[in-house]
Amino acid sequence: MTATHEHGTPEIELRVEALESLLTEKGLVSPAAVDAVINYFEQDVGPLNGAKAVARAWLDPDYKARLIEDASSAFNELGITVRDNVIAVENTAEEHNVVVCTLCSCYPWSVLGLPPTWYKAPAYRSRVVREPRKVLAEMGLELPKSTAIRVWDSSAEIRYMVVPEQPQGTESMTENELEALVTRDSMIGVAQAAQPNAK
Amino acid sequence: MVNKNPSEILDQEGPAAPPRANGELMFESPWESRVFGLTMSLYEAGLFDWEEFRSLLIEEIGVWDAENHPEEDWNYYEHWAAAFEKLLAKKNFCAPAELDGRVAAFSMRPHGHDH
Repeated sequence: MTATHEHGTPEIELRVEALESLLTEKGLVSPAAVDAVINYFEQDVGPLNGAKAVARAWLDPDYKARLIEDASSAFNELGITVRDNVIAVENTAEEHNVVVCTLCSCYPWSVLGLPPTWYKAPAYRSRVVREPRKVLAEMGLELPKSTAIRVWDSSAEIRYMVVPEQPQGTESMTENELEALVTRDSMIGVAQAAQPNAK
Repeated sequence: MVNKNPSEILDQEGPAAPPRANGELMFESPWESRVFGLTMSLYEAGLFDWEEFRSLLIEEIGVWDAENHPEEDWNYYEHWAAAFEKLLAKKNFCAPAELDGRVAAFSMRPHGHDH
């Protein structure tokens, strides 16, 4: 950035820059470490871990079977350490899965990142068990009547993630391209995976 | 590491919770992510207890709430930065006068300086 600081640079920007320079001089932080922390929060802790496993599962049915059988080991295969006891449940045309924590806000954060606000809202927690089809429709996911809906109630001991169905017409896409379609909401089960052009 | 994973210490809701979009942390300007990263770096180095910072943050936000500002003036990370400055002063990492001096020096920089 080439800035004319005496004009127009907000005071707060200068203050933060001054803080960083002072703390760096004192040896309390290093700019590289600060970069790493920001990257970690912006990228690493997010739905990316879950998305990687789902994309791999779409491409490799054997991997999918292992993910459903033992999610922690399957994540380990990808170099991802799962701190929660995660169970992956697979969506099919016949059965759609959706995850909730009715008691509080248990969430597989090591694979899905930080939970969205609505996940903790009393409205979602109480209603999705009682009337899942209606709640999902309100969230923009209309499921055919022929599709059964199964609601998984997370706890501190077991946390669930959904393996969404692979969108049609994505068969020739690469693993990286597929990852981008696997949204957080699709792994909670309140949405389908994104369509390639909608993303 | 004695500290908890940083992802687990951030408030998820309530006044001290950082803004998020679809669960992801959201930074509107680079300085916001910078001050967040500075705070987390010091925390990961074990230089303060999270609760020390969190209580300062809640206090800062509480003051703002009590002052009847228009809602569009709200910026979460301004409060974060103010709380962080207080933390640094309290822990003797950086005195307010020292910081003010550096800010003044930076504000005198010539046009077109590059960093």
